[in-house]
Amino acid sequence: MAIYLTKESKILVQGMTGAEGMKHTRRMLAAGTRVVGGVNPRKAGRTVDFDERAVPVFGSVREGVEHTGADTTVVFVPPAHAKDAVVEAVDAGTALAVVITEGIPVHDSVALTAYAAARGTRVVGPNCPGLISPGRSNAGIIPPDITRPGRIGLVSKSGTLTYQLMHELRDIGFSTCVGIGGDPVVGTSHIDCLAAFQDDPDTELIVLIGEIGGDAEERAAAYIRDHVTKPVVGYVAGFTAPEGRTMGHAGAIVSGSSGTARAKKEALQAAGVRVGDTPTETARHVVAVLGGTAPDGAAR
Amino acid sequence: MDLYEHQARELFEAHGIVVPRAGITDSPERAREIARALGGRAVVKAQVRTGGRGRAGGVRVAADPPAAEEAARHILGMDIKGHTVGTVMLAEPCDVEREFYVSYVLDRAAGRFVAVASAEGGTEIEQVAAERPEAVARIPVDPAAGVNTATAVRIADAAGLPPQTVDTLVRLWQVLVREDALLVEVNPLARTADGRIVALDGKVTLDGNARFRHPGRGDAHATGSDPLEVRAAAKGLNYVRLDGEVGVVGNGAGLVMSTLDAVAGRGARPANFLDIGGGASARVMADGLAVVLSDPGVKSVLVNIFGGITACDAVADGIVRALDEVRLTKPLVVRLDGNNAARGRALLDARAHPLVEQATTMDGAAHRAARLATAASTAA
Repeated sequence: MAIYLTKESKILVQGMTGAEGMKHTRRMLAAGTRVVGGVNPRKAGRTVDFDERAVPVFGSVREGVEHTGADTTVVFVPPAHAKDAVVEAVDAGTALAVVITEGIPVHDSVALTAYAAARGTRVVGPNCPGLISPGRSNAGIIPPDITRPGRIGLVSKSGTLTYQLMHELRDIGFSTCVGIGGDPVVGTSHIDCLAAFQDDPDTELIVLIGEIGGDAEERAAAYIRDHVTKPVVGYVAGFTAPEGRTMGHAGAIVSGSSGTARAKKEALQAAGVRVGDTPTETARHVVAVLGGTAPDGAAR
Repeated sequence: MDLYEHQARELFEAHGIVVPRAGITDSPERAREIARALGGRAVVKAQVRTGGRGRAGGVRVAADPPAAEEAARHILGMDIKGHTVGTVMLAEPCDVEREFYVSYVLDRAAGRFVAVASAEGGTEIEQVAAERPEAVARIPVDPAAGVNTATAVRIADAAGLPPQTVDTLVRLWQVLVREDALLVEVNPLARTADGRIVALDGKVTLDGNARFRHPGRGDAHATGSDPLEVRAAAKGLNYVRLDGEVGVVGNGAGLVMSTLDAVAGRGARPANFLDIGGGASARVMADGLAVVLSDPGVKSVLVNIFGGITACDAVADGIVRALDEVRLTKPLVVRLDGNNAARGRALLDARAHPLVEQATTMDGAAHRAARLATAASTAA
């Protein structure tokens, strides 16, 4: 088991024939992911060779779903067309749409997440690295070779912090790592992932990575207090971020006194979450709970 | 991107919201002429992108053109919460009978926009909401339907606003959607003695991601006037200047924020945020390093890379290039891990620059960079 993404997940890639789509489809396939097709109306009917594997290109998501039984789509479509791409995937009945695209206007994100939610499609992202269930399936751009299958579930707003923690805890391994994205509006929240990890028998401990902006971490803390019985270890980035400046991610901004890292850390601690001051200290907390070998970063 | 009041006023006017006649200037003499054109009396308002302007003395009512010139002279150059006033707006005074508050704001948790309205405008809405929460109505807006007349009537009723405000509520939603704004706020929205509904002051935040839908917008609305930030932006770099002594370069917003915190945790202050992004090339790394090194406040530089998509050898190549292009006078601590890390480390070892050292962990690198910066500051 894992959450959202399993060995059986059949994946379409929207925007597969673009440079990013090609690069990451190759990586997904190499990690054992069942990529069953790409979507590009201008290249329908062709196939693309990835090493020894030929992947068909369909003219629409619906056509791809009809031919392959795909239940998941990974979206690499540029920002101006991303909303339409997700609407198309929702209309074709896919259960999961992973939106990697960075730079989607917020009004489009509001529209696409509302449209998907009303019709039962889960959106992960936008502006996210996707999700990986190591050893089983990889939907997005998370490097598959950092770690192996294991007992930790991870949910994060940040891609590279996810990689850093996967690296530090590579010897314990992960059930699923979900990068929910750093935009102000995303389809899947920390809370959604906490609920799924709580119900996942493969997950023994949950790592929650947050950053400045909004109050998603505070709400996650309240949810943990009331609903999560598995141990949770947290990390929050952005203590030194000045007020009113966007720090890389569109959603990473402290407005007045709201959205600060300190408030998030305190809320998580009040809910019984062990919070590390650095990624390495966070990894150390995980090792303290689960036992096992100390990651090399934490040993120094 | 937060707009100045006068820019917000122009957007409101373009969408048919009634605003007072007004003009802007950076010269007191010109302020006198604008006041004359407005009929003599004028409200002179500092144009700054921060709240609390009135309390800071940045708004004055002038009874005649000479008084407007005097007020402008007083306000121009004033410092309001760290913002220097470079422009004043002169607006025609209105005979206000009542003041209301209306805005559309993004509710991140709900993933949709919410109408916030109150019959008690004029003061800060946060204060009204804290003291008398029942006086502030919050109505979520269905993104597919938007705000039509029926929705606007519901908002006005919930907040106790008069029916004449309905038209403004609909038009303000059009500003939000058509201009790709993240926030539109009118405070106060006034009813004048002659029964008009006028937007007396406003705030608009535009979505930078939507720039491709508004090609005419250009850089006029761009924030940040720091010369290093301007230079970094021209190179397409994601750079925010801070006020410390350790320059920071990393890949990924989260990891860079985390690196700033690690530096602060070691008793030094980060000089900047610089995210070279996923899959960064040698060129981006070299450009980034050049910007960070040209900050005179920087005493040491920390490069923290975890290669997921990014290849560490490309980053190392960029550092080597930068060493050829810029004369390095400050110590550089580099931590490379992940994708192609061994090749990247070998490249730096081969270059063997006396001011470049490598660290194996992020915490170790932060510790070292902080110590080098502190040592340099003490020596200086």
